[in-house]
Amino acid sequence: MVRVTTGHVLLGLLSRGEQHGYDLKREHDALFPAAKQLAFGQVYAALGRLRDKGLVEEASRERVDGPDRTSYRITAAGREELASWLTQVEPLPDRTANPVATKVTLLLLAEGTHRAVEHLVRERAVRVERMRELTAAKHRPGTTLQEVLSADLTLAHLDADLHWIDSARRRIDDLEGEIA
Amino acid sequence: MTAPVLSCRGVVHDYDGTPALLGVDLDVREGEVVAVTGPSGSGKSTLLLCLAGILVPTQGSVQLGGVDLRALGARGRATLRRESVGMVFQYGTLVPELTGEENVALPLLLSGRGRAEALVDARQWLGRLGVSSVAQTTGGRMSGGERQRVALARALVTGPRVVLADEPTGALDSVASDLVAGELVGVARDAGAAVVLVTHDARVAAHADREVHLWDGRVDGSQPPPAPATPAAEGLR
Repeated sequence: MVRVTTGHVLLGLLSRGEQHGYDLKREHDALFPAAKQLAFGQVYAALGRLRDKGLVEEASRERVDGPDRTSYRITAAGREELASWLTQVEPLPDRTANPVATKVTLLLLAEGTHRAVEHLVRERAVRVERMRELTAAKHRPGTTLQEVLSADLTLAHLDADLHWIDSARRRIDDLEGEIA
Repeated sequence: MTAPVLSCRGVVHDYDGTPALLGVDLDVREGEVVAVTGPSGSGKSTLLLCLAGILVPTQGSVQLGGVDLRALGARGRATLRRESVGMVFQYGTLVPELTGEENVALPLLLSGRGRAEALVDARQWLGRLGVSSVAQTTGGRMSGGERQRVALARALVTGPRVVLADEPTGALDSVASDLVAGELVGVARDAGAAVVLVTHDARVAAHADREVHLWDGRVDGSQPPPAPATPAAEGLR
């Protein structure tokens, strides 16, 4: 089991045909605009590890105005590893403390219900603004499917935050009603 | 800054003593797209009905194109609505026996336009919304997305100054909802109409120029918090 995700992504890209490290980096950055761009060193290091594990192999080497350019191809073992990784369900995040929930709880305890509500309103406003920016960007002409999918995921998360903010507020309102 | 095409001040409404709106102020400017959001029961739809002059608020005033709706009777409000407002509801309510173009032509026919001319305009609007294919299809045989686009064409065919939409994408899946919301805002902008878009869906609201969030019948943040600063919510300890 290769644990380096960059490795898996490179295996995925190589599954369509052999490529140079340089092209792999460019294709990765174009396909996954929301991800951090890959550094060339990172690509070559990952390819080296994949080769050592027998998941890719050198296909050809050519020289074009400079150093050798090595082209890589995925091996049968690499295809097996890729298939296994692609079908694994991503582990859910642990129940870690959410900073907004932590702040709201502390505001409730230290400063009272209306300060907590005020903070929820602030948190809401920044999310609404971000959603508007993402929606405008998503509907601009020339937006790629990858960009739309990435924006949709962020929008869905922000929307979930807003649902949480509304229910937190409702619970605080109810609590206030009970202790008043 | 242009004068508001639609505005309300201190709008209070209750249904047989049950409060729905507790004093709402809102200004919508020429060509502006405003989303009215809030959880169920926050007063969104009641506000929209007051803005349309369909409901007369218990207190407060609504002005449409500078005309105070309180000064008009039910018939006067209906006339003003027909001339200046396009309305869209959740299920794209069409006359099921009429074709797409006939449904869109209806408001024009009601205001006295000739049938042939009205159908020409109707077909143009169906084209703008990408549903020319249902011009000859009856309302009852259209998909949800088609119905909603036809309803949108019908709302815009009279060249209204304001479009009032109540959960216009509420019956659609999330992708169709995103597309229809984008089209609604796009075609209304092109036509220079202001839009008040009532929705519980923040992803739909994100298509608007700004959002007015209702909470328990008030515009969020429009008034001081209800309780004094009482340290320590004992119930949480």
